[in-house]
Amino acid sequence: MAQISLPKNSEVNKGKYFKDKTGSKNIRKVNVYRWDPSTEENPRIDTYEVDMDNCPSKVLDILNKIKNEIDPTLAYRRSCAHGVCGSCAMNMGGKNGLACTKPHAEIDGDIDIYPLPHLKVKRDLIGDLDGLYKQYQSIEPWLKNNSSKDTNEIFQSKEDRAKLDGAYECIMCACCSTSCPSYWWNGDKYLGPAVLLQAYRWIVDSRDDERKARLKKVADELKLYRCHTILNCTSACPKGLNPAKAIAEIKKMLATANV
Amino acid sequence: MSSYNIIDHEYDVVVLGAGGSGLRAAVGLSEAGLKTACISKVFPTRSHTSAAQGGISAALGNMGEDDWRWHMYDTVKGADWLGDQDSIEYLCKEAPKAVLELEKYGVPFSRTDEGKIYQRPFGGMTKNYGNGIVQRTCAAADRTGHAILHTLYGQALKHNTEFFIEYFALDLLMKDGECKGLIAWNLNDGTIHRFRAHTVIIATGGYGKVYYSATSAHTCTGDGNAMVLRAGLPLQDMEFVQFHPTGIYGHGTLISEGVRGEGGYLVNSKGERFMERYAPNAKDLASRDVVSRSMSIEINEGRGVGKDQDHVHLHLSHLDKSVIENRLPGITEAARLFANVDVTKEPIPVVPTVHYNMGGIPTNYKAEVLTVNGSEKTVPGLMAIGEAACVSVHGANRLGSNSLIDLVVFGRAAAKRAAELIKPGAPHEEIPETETQKCLDRFDKLRNAQGDNSTAELRLAMQKTMQSKCAVFRTEKNLEEGVNEIRKTYDSMDSISVKDRSLVFNTDLVETLEFDNLIRQAVTTVDSAYHRKESRGAHAREDYPNRDDKKFMQHTLAWCDGKDTKITYRPVHNSTLTNEVQYFPPQERVY
Repeated sequence: MAQISLPKNSEVNKGKYFKDKTGSKNIRKVNVYRWDPSTEENPRIDTYEVDMDNCPSKVLDILNKIKNEIDPTLAYRRSCAHGVCGSCAMNMGGKNGLACTKPHAEIDGDIDIYPLPHLKVKRDLIGDLDGLYKQYQSIEPWLKNNSSKDTNEIFQSKEDRAKLDGAYECIMCACCSTSCPSYWWNGDKYLGPAVLLQAYRWIVDSRDDERKARLKKVADELKLYRCHTILNCTSACPKGLNPAKAIAEIKKMLATANV
Repeated sequence: MSSYNIIDHEYDVVVLGAGGSGLRAAVGLSEAGLKTACISKVFPTRSHTSAAQGGISAALGNMGEDDWRWHMYDTVKGADWLGDQDSIEYLCKEAPKAVLELEKYGVPFSRTDEGKIYQRPFGGMTKNYGNGIVQRTCAAADRTGHAILHTLYGQALKHNTEFFIEYFALDLLMKDGECKGLIAWNLNDGTIHRFRAHTVIIATGGYGKVYYSATSAHTCTGDGNAMVLRAGLPLQDMEFVQFHPTGIYGHGTLISEGVRGEGGYLVNSKGERFMERYAPNAKDLASRDVVSRSMSIEINEGRGVGKDQDHVHLHLSHLDKSVIENRLPGITEAARLFANVDVTKEPIPVVPTVHYNMGGIPTNYKAEVLTVNGSEKTVPGLMAIGEAACVSVHGANRLGSNSLIDLVVFGRAAAKRAAELIKPGAPHEEIPETETQKCLDRFDKLRNAQGDNSTAELRLAMQKTMQSKCAVFRTEKNLEEGVNEIRKTYDSMDSISVKDRSLVFNTDLVETLEFDNLIRQAVTTVDSAYHRKESRGAHAREDYPNRDDKKFMQHTLAWCDGKDTKITYRPVHNSTLTNEVQYFPPQERVY
């Protein structure tokens, strides 16, 4: 009989409890996912009591406080701290977002911090985005223009340039793709909202000569049509972009154009 | 002796860093058929180039007449005559080509009514050698760095550049004064990698994180600069640290100079547009050192705003709504998130904030690293580009939008020079094991450090020292205190502690290695500042308020062995590259 069971290390244990040492009256409990592949141990949830009287407003500030003052072994990605580099994407209070722009006041009760969902975890809050990056490469994110040997710039009207607004701003944080149930299920084949938004960005660039070929390339039952308009992507985007609309536009172009 | 398994690699060229300059170099190297590795501690699009907002300068003349010579004059003047004019000529002359190339790569520049690349006014950018404002800064809304970085990453993918991502570089491998490669630690699985290369190109960016309040990212730790110091080579002009006039008060987030370029202005507690007093012509678009000093004076003289009167206001609510929406959407979002301000209604609270390092690894205009041993010499096998390098095109003060152009012009120049120097696939020399051992001993020592001082505590002490002793205005007294205080922090390294023992994404150890890099640069910065007894560009000495061309029209060179530094000088290049432009002799610098 087929044995159906989860792998041993998928069970998340209760971890260490770090009691407040500052004597603060304004404490919040922060539960953080921890896992180090170089140990044999299962993942665990560590709990930290954090003094909120001396903590700025964002979730990243809490993590920095934990790392600097309580437990330097906590591992997470971070860099610019103002929402442009996309490093600190994670799941906070059950929602994906950037730790550097997410106010902790928006989370009620204990603050639960996990890596982005349904990624392999490299360590603690660090998810494995290698697959998504490969998919990004597969859409060939560079301009294909046959006149590109000329020394002059390629003109683009303001109206044509405006078509790129809402697409070129994507910071590839993966909040959208990792909130998408279709991507959870078929992440190896379905390109997912982040990559499709980028595909769209090149499809609608008036300077690009390969629009049809680009459309053809994504016109695939799995790559594109696994989008079932669940719209988690749009609700998750920390930059206020609308990947679901971009996907719908691609579908519309395919339905109306002769490719 | 520490023992680690080492994985060996051989490449024609290794590029260290995958921001704007590193990626541009990697693209050029791949095009030239050189086997290239690009190593980065973060995924390329996470690099700090992504935070550049306002634009990239080039005399395209899309918005009225312009000339690369005017751009050159502005840059020379902005640099307060500390820039090398041969390099500045190269930068400004190559700039239009480099921007058009970016456009061809697909950068989504904003457009004019005619469909050309939109250009906005920026601080210090003038027409006809200082007579009136010119629109020279090419912009993709206020997300120009983001747009360029993502586009360059796409180009690197197109050229199949080999990336080693989330690898932390430890040290250069040197042999008889030549660079032969480097060693890096793979954070993903904890392995140690040795890269042999005919040339290493350092593109590791600035080291803003030596200061407490900086627009710089957490990762701006100048790792390449510190590797150069440990290799026994000097850093140049480290005292020149740019304070950007408009970092968000209390948080440090950058608010682009583009805001003032589009018509925004600064106001003190009396409601005065005080820049009119300090720079009657350029006003709010004077160069950054001038505006930052003016703001500091206003605050010091009690005309700051807020409860503690310690910042000023940046007004833009008078601007056309469409200008804010179309050209400044990013800073609108930043002001809302980090200052809780609706820019269409309220001013943004701002304060001068550490932003850019003019100093760095000395190079010539071909990106080859220089040292001085009797006379100026290149270091075979080593190049530097971007903010890590000191070419020197920015001299004592960089003009806004000259950094992005620096990245692509010199990234391209480095690739070109490497292609001239290297025969693809040429065999590699043996490197003595002692170099590897020395590097791994340092790594192992820090990895097993069991002292009492946490890295975070020491980093904070360093940042507070730099913030209070080496800021916008400097004096003999506070610099001397800085020189001593920073050494105490250096000494505390002996009892540093690292708690994490893993080798996989051990960010405790990463930050400790980064701190080891930062503290050396802090020491060279404050020492270089102490020894420069004049005021020039971003280096403002209250006790020496004037520029002293006789003594100090020279680049500072600082060697650093542990906490011991050696300071010498080398003359500023006083000739141009070609006859197409004349040398601009020093003048009084007024805006």
